[in-house]
Amino acid sequence: MLKRAIALGLAAATLAGSPLPASAQEGIYVPLFTYRTGPFSGSGIFIANGMRDYLTMLNERDGGIGGVKLLIEECETGYDTKKGVECYEAVKDKRPVMVNPWSTGITLPLIPKAAVDKIPVLSMAYGLSASADGSRFPWIFNPPNTYWDGLAMIIKYIAEQEGGLDKLKGKKIGYIYLDAGFGKEPIPLFEQLAKDYGFELKMYPVAGTEMQNQSSQWLGVRRDRPDYMVMYGWGAMNPTAIKEAVKINYPMSKFLSVWWPSEDDARGAGPGAKGFKTLNWHAVGTNFPALQDIIKHVVDTGKSQSPKDQVGQVLYNRGVYNSMLIAEGIAQAQKITGKKMVTGEDVRRGLEGLDLSAARLKELGFEGFADPIKLSCTDHNGHKAAFMQEWDGAKWAKVTQPIEPMADKVKPLLEAAANDYVEKNTGWPKRTEPCDKSS
Amino acid sequence: MFYREAGQFKTSYAADMAVFPLREDRIGLAAILLVAAVAIPLFGSGFLLNVVMIPFLIFALAAIGLNILVGYTGLLSLGTAGFMGVGAYACYKLTSAFPGVNIVVWVLASGLFSSAVGVLFGLPSLRIKGFYLAVATLAAQFFLSWCFIRIPWLVNYNISGAIEVPTRTLFGVPVTGPNAAPETRYLVVLAIVVLLTWVASNLVHGRIGRMWMAVRDMDLAAELIGIRLLPTKLLAFAVSSYFCGVAGALLVFLWYGSAEPDVFGIDQSFLILFMVIIGGLGSLLGSFLGAGLIYLLPIGLRAVLPALGIDVQPSTVEHLQFLIVGSLIIGFLIAEPHGLARLWQTVKQKLRVWPFPY
Repeated sequence: MLKRAIALGLAAATLAGSPLPASAQEGIYVPLFTYRTGPFSGSGIFIANGMRDYLTMLNERDGGIGGVKLLIEECETGYDTKKGVECYEAVKDKRPVMVNPWSTGITLPLIPKAAVDKIPVLSMAYGLSASADGSRFPWIFNPPNTYWDGLAMIIKYIAEQEGGLDKLKGKKIGYIYLDAGFGKEPIPLFEQLAKDYGFELKMYPVAGTEMQNQSSQWLGVRRDRPDYMVMYGWGAMNPTAIKEAVKINYPMSKFLSVWWPSEDDARGAGPGAKGFKTLNWHAVGTNFPALQDIIKHVVDTGKSQSPKDQVGQVLYNRGVYNSMLIAEGIAQAQKITGKKMVTGEDVRRGLEGLDLSAARLKELGFEGFADPIKLSCTDHNGHKAAFMQEWDGAKWAKVTQPIEPMADKVKPLLEAAANDYVEKNTGWPKRTEPCDKSS
Repeated sequence: MFYREAGQFKTSYAADMAVFPLREDRIGLAAILLVAAVAIPLFGSGFLLNVVMIPFLIFALAAIGLNILVGYTGLLSLGTAGFMGVGAYACYKLTSAFPGVNIVVWVLASGLFSSAVGVLFGLPSLRIKGFYLAVATLAAQFFLSWCFIRIPWLVNYNISGAIEVPTRTLFGVPVTGPNAAPETRYLVVLAIVVLLTWVASNLVHGRIGRMWMAVRDMDLAAELIGIRLLPTKLLAFAVSSYFCGVAGALLVFLWYGSAEPDVFGIDQSFLILFMVIIGGLGSLLGSFLGAGLIYLLPIGLRAVLPALGIDVQPSTVEHLQFLIVGSLIIGFLIAEPHGLARLWQTVKQKLRVWPFPY
């Protein structure tokens, strides 16, 4: 009995006393919130590998950024808001230079915390669309475009097919979306556009728990026969929706999605998925010096968790793009402050001064990978154009030139939403962070 | 030896009927409260307060709520998370409508809304029992989740569909919102949980608790000795939902700081049901132990594995957690079907006769 009690006590003591894994070496701490488990892992694994591999490559090839090693640590969120907040609390005390929540649901609770904890949030093309307004959200960055821009581009593409925005009148557009913060985000703009252009909007929400069972939504689609279908899905929702669309013989060329479906999502639906289109703003494939370096320094040396054939897939490259922004934010911060060891405050300035010109992209080994992007103190987004890519049965093929978002429609709504957010959160702090001259 | 009651004489009925008749228990409880109220906020790190203690206390409160229904009254409910959600949304609406009123008042008042909803969904409990009641409460869960997603009025027409907790102060110190210090939030949560646990303890040890237990053990017999079934069962639903509602409001306002509807999904209901079953049905202590085991074990594992030098990927830890927690639950249920509270009783008995067991 006594022995057991002592053993129990010892076990309890180790449990209580064990410190969290502390970063022993000196370096810039970059936590990555990833999800390699759960119903969203089908999308999350690619992103996690892409983000991690690019940063690892910088460590291997250049010894970090500006000679300072990056301390990369993953925290598993499972796309669960609760676990994401837990991850944030766990990494907060280790002075991260920024967090990438990779979930709109996790981003929302972090938005008010960012200014207090002095940790910038980089929610790349997701999160709160209104947080693109840097004068009200100095700590939040969501380049290169918002979900509202994405929707505007999709509608513009549809109008192009129909022969003009005025031809949208009387058309029926279906919207199938993940019924969470992410999928609901574009609805105000969608309703506005429906009113302005006179098309009818049909909504088909898919609950997070019902992602793999969308038969009732697609039954509705079959009944309503929308002229176009627009999808905002993630994780297991995407392959299921594409399969269902193929099953009911929905014309795939009229099925358009925001930028999140992967190769696997489309491939799973078989040859019927040909013609399915998604938005994208960066290249696929490995034909870039930076990606070749990843293969050489990380994948071939066994430091990556990604199989070699997945390097260069659309979501992998999206992870790489995200990490390129992280790295550039840090590099810019080092340039502005002249310090090697930068903090969250410095990186916030670095991100505001972010200027990825064509020349800089070439220097980084990303020539032609994506359009140049420049952020400023007021514009934390860039509202960059994206293009449509089509699934040809084996890979994504770019089918249009970049489509500019409708700034005249999106800007006023963005402004109103940012105002609304500030108004609802009484006591929302005024921006006190000074703006750097260079940006 | 540790639990020697020799020499502790009880000279009144009140002393004999006390909740903690042994002096050792009273000293132990005082020590735990002292540590919780003084030592932890003074010396605890932000991680300990934010990620360990605050959620643990909130889940314990929700488990007490469910335990009143399942453990004391014998009515199986799967709607816990829905009732928690009612509390959270009620608190949000109340504080946005009356921002001047102290947030603690609204947290406590929001439980009343949850109570009302609980009574409504408890009405069928007079006629249906066991698994059938579980299905009825499951319907409540789905209906309430549907409301949280579909009724934008509940979140003040916020486009993200999430509650965003505004900053509210108590005696000039922020207790909610991003500026609230973890210590402040912890102390508020602790105070509310201790207060409500004390209320629950008085309820279950008194006349009402006995009525509940009589209904649980055999409702026909209870009816024959003069207990009116409907009011008793509805009272159990009301009290249980009150506790869950307050726990839900605390969860959103003092822990997350913002919440999407999926926080109050069916998984959460099952999680709390597991806490009650593992902890011990019909035991307040069990609610705390169950919440501790189910909620803290994964966090402990995540901290312990790397500390032992086992370098594993976070995703592997996640898979391991499912494995270990799952097998522990099965193990506990085989070794001690009455839960952790019963285990503690056994240990106490052993300690009483130690070192000369007979």
